[in-house]
Amino acid sequence: MARTLKLRIWRGDDKTGALQDVTVEANHGEVVLDIIHRVQATQMGDLAVRWNCKAGKCGSCSMEINGKPRLACMTQISAYGEEETITITPLRAFPVIKDLVTDVSYNYKKAMEIPAMEMPAGMKPGEPRMQQVDVERSQEFRKCIECFLCQNTCHVIRDHEENKKSFAGPRFFIRIAELDMHPLDILRNRKKTAQEEHGLGFCNITKCCTEVCPEHIKITDNAIIPMKERVADEKYDPVRWLGSKIRRREEVL
Amino acid sequence: MTLEKYKYDVVVIGAGGAGLRAAVEARDAGLSVAIVCKSLFGKAHTVMAEGGAAASMGNVNDNDNWMVHFRDTMRGGKFLNHYRMAELHAKEAPDRIWELEMWGALFDRTKEGKISQRNFGGHEYPRLAHVGDRTGLELIRTMQQRIVALQQKDQRETGDAEKNLKVFAEVTITEILKENGKVAGAYGYRRESGEEILFEAPAVVIATGGVGKTFKITSNSWEGTGDGHALALKAGANLVDMEFLQFHPTGMVWPLSVKGILVTESVRGEGGILTNSLGERFMFKYIPDVFKDKYADNPEEADRWYLDQDNNRRPPELLPRDEVARAINSEVKAGRGTEHGGVFLDVSKRLSAEVIKKRLPSMWHQFYELAGVDITKEAMEVGPTCHYVMGGVEVEPDTAAAVGVDGLFAAGEVAGGMHGSNRLGGNSLTDLLVFGRRAGMGAVEYVKSHGANPASDATIQKASAKIEAPFARTGGENAYSLHQELQEITHNLVGIIRTGAELKEAIEKIADIRKRSANISVTGDRKFNPGFHLAFDLDNMLLVAESTAKSAILREESRGGHTRDDFPGMNSTWRQVNHISSFDGEKVNIKAQELPALPKELFDLFDVHELEKYMTSEEIAKGGSK
Repeated sequence: MARTLKLRIWRGDDKTGALQDVTVEANHGEVVLDIIHRVQATQMGDLAVRWNCKAGKCGSCSMEINGKPRLACMTQISAYGEEETITITPLRAFPVIKDLVTDVSYNYKKAMEIPAMEMPAGMKPGEPRMQQVDVERSQEFRKCIECFLCQNTCHVIRDHEENKKSFAGPRFFIRIAELDMHPLDILRNRKKTAQEEHGLGFCNITKCCTEVCPEHIKITDNAIIPMKERVADEKYDPVRWLGSKIRRREEVL
Repeated sequence: MTLEKYKYDVVVIGAGGAGLRAAVEARDAGLSVAIVCKSLFGKAHTVMAEGGAAASMGNVNDNDNWMVHFRDTMRGGKFLNHYRMAELHAKEAPDRIWELEMWGALFDRTKEGKISQRNFGGHEYPRLAHVGDRTGLELIRTMQQRIVALQQKDQRETGDAEKNLKVFAEVTITEILKENGKVAGAYGYRRESGEEILFEAPAVVIATGGVGKTFKITSNSWEGTGDGHALALKAGANLVDMEFLQFHPTGMVWPLSVKGILVTESVRGEGGILTNSLGERFMFKYIPDVFKDKYADNPEEADRWYLDQDNNRRPPELLPRDEVARAINSEVKAGRGTEHGGVFLDVSKRLSAEVIKKRLPSMWHQFYELAGVDITKEAMEVGPTCHYVMGGVEVEPDTAAAVGVDGLFAAGEVAGGMHGSNRLGGNSLTDLLVFGRRAGMGAVEYVKSHGANPASDATIQKASAKIEAPFARTGGENAYSLHQELQEITHNLVGIIRTGAELKEAIEKIADIRKRSANISVTGDRKFNPGFHLAFDLDNMLLVAESTAKSAILREESRGGHTRDDFPGMNSTWRQVNHISSFDGEKVNIKAQELPALPKELFDLFDVHELEKYMTSEEIAKGGSK
């Protein structure tokens, strides 16, 4: 064992809880999730934590480490000083279930509100032809591992429970952008509904979501800003506005 | 505590590729379906699949077709595959990929705008549909979004999105319920609250994935605890060929925290070479006779293959996984390994940094962030890691129905037979889709002809008592320690190279842990308590380990994912034998069963001289069954 680590881990449930101090051995090259597992196996058999792949691919072990939203499996302990105490707390934007596990069902509800991909009528399996450059824009957003760190850090809901009802959050803005840029999707008005139904207007482009994304998806620059710009075009350009009214009858709603 | 109860037509256990595909099929047929998963929705181990999904669409090389794919699959499995599964898989895989595209999947493209396909170990032509090296994520997300789309449709039509298709996330199933000898449902607990939950359903599809957590070094996530294998055994179904485990040749070996995590085979498919600590490209020494005419025996030809695949043999780095894993193991044992007990895998000399980041983005990311290694400039250190179990529930190929239990179905990694003694990379993702769909169809047929089969109170109470048991004990065994002991035993005695004496020792030690595990106690309460969860997972892993060790000790030959130091050769007589595991309530019993013979039309797809390497002269003389 290379070093002794001091941790403060939040333990509790939806009603009550507190930080608990723990001292634990750590090896060179380990990540925070390894340390949590060692605490679990040796000192706190019932410490609750979510995790799956331990390789930064599934997005399960989201938590806050020294106040920063992070994946525990992608956080090297070597990033912290010898004397530093590492504080580990559950995601703040979601209700705690127990210890480091939160109720993220908000995200699954929002997923349900985004209309699914709609294929052109008559398109048959094997027929689609798309160029690589045309799929790449949506592919960037499909890299999302649904860790919900962007949702957790977004100030629109982080400390404003009341906004959750009308705000889908960055994860679902990139989902809308992905479908909007999908070469095969024919559902119209995705940008407009992003603004009117999913709360795109709440976002004031502080880029916090982009900063915490473990997949380095440019959420703000490549999804949110382009959608906002085009929504603005359509809203304020009188010719486009007229066009959108005339076309409306043929649109798939 | 009031018991949470549900009634469905079909309950699917597992929300990876196979489970979700089965659920979609059953829902599309008008049935009500529950999907039960141990994790959150969308986190299943399928996300870890990197390289791609093998399907002979022929988009890159139009010589490809289902017959070539079938032959490759049988060769890869050393002809121990259930021929019918390999046949169905090869024939149906392209449709399953095209179907994903219709549901929104965005695969990488060829210049003509078709789905691009890449080379992979054991596949004669470029065959793997892929999205960079995150193909599994694309598959799981597409299926997840397909489920949501079906729920949205139900919402529009009935006002209730979850009326006929509901996902129960973070629920562990502890028992398949049976009544009158047939499936009656499934029983388990919610991981969040620890509260018990009952699903009554005449058909249950098991799609729980693998068993990797039985081993110390594995690429599998915590969920890979063999739940479905054990649930099926306990319900009276059989497991087939549990001695065959795939050790993926290239797992990360350093740093410790990532030991076992997969390095995708695409690194080799894209031109990565393997060298030992002396700098030798050692794979040329390890080309087995059966593959000599397909693999280059010199670096010049191997290098030329990347540019001209029609006139050169493939590089030996692309041999099937079992061959590469054994070769690496031998190099390390001979003292030619790296400092951390692996070998070097280098792609930096062949491809530019830009191309590496484009084609292998998550590998670059994984090494850079987890190991501080820039794979565009330096070599990776890699070694074998327990990756996949070829063995699994014995099923009827066409319906995925579990042999011996009416109403039970199994698909994906938890089912056996498809891959024989060794799975080819890329065949797993299409296996999930092909047999997930078939399991869904099988369940639909079964439900339509059988109807409901309610569980009795006595059956339910028995299932409930088992969940309560570990809380009733105090001061007993610790589940974490027992799990570690089991992993040491399997790693040391049932691992990549086996001997009769070590397997005998393993069987005794596993039995001992099993005895002690009856005395596990749990600290804390039922609410999201990992110690409590592990107590159940461990019971499953113990059954799997017992089945593997007992099957392995009987098979006195080396083939695919089963290597016996004391019986190093492949033996044509053993090729005709499947090992069938069953459970008598106390222990796992193994019996030998004859492997179904290749029918003549499939037999004739091969050059008879190739078959002579695998089959007995009597089998060759027969020329396949009629």
